[in-house]
Amino acid sequence: MLSPATSEALIATGVSKRFGGLVAVDNMSFKLAEREVLGLIGPNGSGKTTMMNLISGALKATSGEISVYGQVVTGTGASNVARKGIARTFQLVRMLPTMTALENVAAGGVFGHARRWGKELDDYAHALLERVGLPNAAGAPVLALTYIDQKRVELARALASEPKILLLDEWLAGLNPTELKIGIALIERLRTDGCTIIIVEHVMHAIRSLCDRCIVMNSGAKIAEGTPAEVLADHGVIRAYLGDENA
Amino acid sequence: MTSFNLSAAELRGLLISVLLFAAAGAVPLIADGYPLQIGISIVMYTALATSWLLFSGPTNYIALSTAAFFGIGMYTAAGGIDLVPYPLLIVAAGIAGAALAAVVGLATLRVSGVYFVIFSLGLAELVRQIMTWLQHVLGTMSGLYVTIERSEPMYYWQLLLLAAVIFLVGWWIGRSRLGFALRIIGNDELVAVHCGINTARAKVVLFVISSTFASIGGALVAPRWGYVEPVVAFSPFVSFQVVIMALLGGTHRLWGPLLGVIPFVLIWELISIYFPNQTTLLLGVCFLLIVYVIPNGLVGLIEDATKRRRKDAPAPAAEAALPLDIAASAAVQPAVGADKK
Repeated sequence: MLSPATSEALIATGVSKRFGGLVAVDNMSFKLAEREVLGLIGPNGSGKTTMMNLISGALKATSGEISVYGQVVTGTGASNVARKGIARTFQLVRMLPTMTALENVAAGGVFGHARRWGKELDDYAHALLERVGLPNAAGAPVLALTYIDQKRVELARALASEPKILLLDEWLAGLNPTELKIGIALIERLRTDGCTIIIVEHVMHAIRSLCDRCIVMNSGAKIAEGTPAEVLADHGVIRAYLGDENA
Repeated sequence: MTSFNLSAAELRGLLISVLLFAAAGAVPLIADGYPLQIGISIVMYTALATSWLLFSGPTNYIALSTAAFFGIGMYTAAGGIDLVPYPLLIVAAGIAGAALAAVVGLATLRVSGVYFVIFSLGLAELVRQIMTWLQHVLGTMSGLYVTIERSEPMYYWQLLLLAAVIFLVGWWIGRSRLGFALRIIGNDELVAVHCGINTARAKVVLFVISSTFASIGGALVAPRWGYVEPVVAFSPFVSFQVVIMALLGGTHRLWGPLLGVIPFVLIWELISIYFPNQTTLLLGVCFLLIVYVIPNGLVGLIEDATKRRRKDAPAPAAEAALPLDIAASAAVQPAVGADKK
């Protein structure tokens, strides 16, 4: 369905991250094609979020290189990575508490990859709120919003920069079953809109339905790669999640 | 985001401000002597507290460095008064303050919260010690005379003009991308970075603007003091008073400090007259009272009151008021590592 060879959105080559003696990410190499949705999965503590932080520039890789559309972004700092077109959400939702929902969304669209200001920004932020399903929340103080709605605002903020690559770090975590359906549908729509996305997620049925391809991490290293169905049937993956006796 | 364009409310605010400044400008025509002295104190602290707010308000970085820049301005005026025309010295004071702020900002604004607070307090002390040492080495007296003739109304008008410029700049910043960036930084620095904001640069720029005004203020009042010495010019009292006045007024509105300056200057006059030996103690008490009793300042009280009167008001935005305690500003930027599993 996709033709990944035509344009690589992101290439990670031998990326490692050490915290003192702990190797959180160990020699990770992978590619992400344009318009591809890549799932990054693995047991707790396997280094997924650290990998996301390395891509977004929040952390500096100890070694290795990450490039976005041919441009090396490793070591340039998170704000520069954002300007190159990588937007993210956070594992624990991060709102700008003194601002309205609309301002929270607008914050993503002024200084990053795509830049707007004035009425153009205003209109665009309104449109994004509508796109994530919050057409009437513009003036609301964000702390008054429910958890799923805060997540929507955060997603809209990430989309406001018209990112080339969107990083969703456990965006579905903490949602109840009804909200989960809404959340999955929302990402599904981004997918059909042609967004290039990396998803870190524990919700396996979301991974199955959303991802073109999955990378499984354990102890910081890649242990499997393939379609969701392939990797979830992999013995090494099952062992990593459930232990030897279930493999 | 109410609107990015000049709204009717903003125009009205602007008009009211112009009228208020015009009215304030007429004060020396009807007052002299002691009332005018108090007037001069009020416009001076309005200028200092508002310039403090330009940086510390949106970023939540409590800067205790006003005295450092105020003193630099004073010393620029005092040191050059026999060599250069006074108006040039005012410009030079601004440049000196800006240069110091740029160096200090680049060195310290990468650290956040409490570290910055402590450093900003130490800065005034450091500059004071350097000045004392310099004067000792140069073999001059412990201070410098600033001898030019200026009438009291002139001081008043100069400082009022400075305050007006600060308000205009603050208003402009508030509408600019820079102002928006700083509000985001004050809310959550990590989010700001991931929105593509060069947070270090934004903070340094604002710190420089704010400090420049404090230095110019120092240069403007130096001749009035007549004799400038390090202990007075770099007194930590100035830094703390400015912060206390701004907190009393409220730091999430540009006109907040003004509301704090007027009552505080009057109260401080009484304290200085009746309790001249307990000023430090009472300053501390004022600080505690303000932080604990009215954390959002008089502006917060006024806004709460108007909201209560308007029954149809939505959920209270007071929850979302800026956290003003130092611990909260330190918590604004948790370590990135806290985000990983």
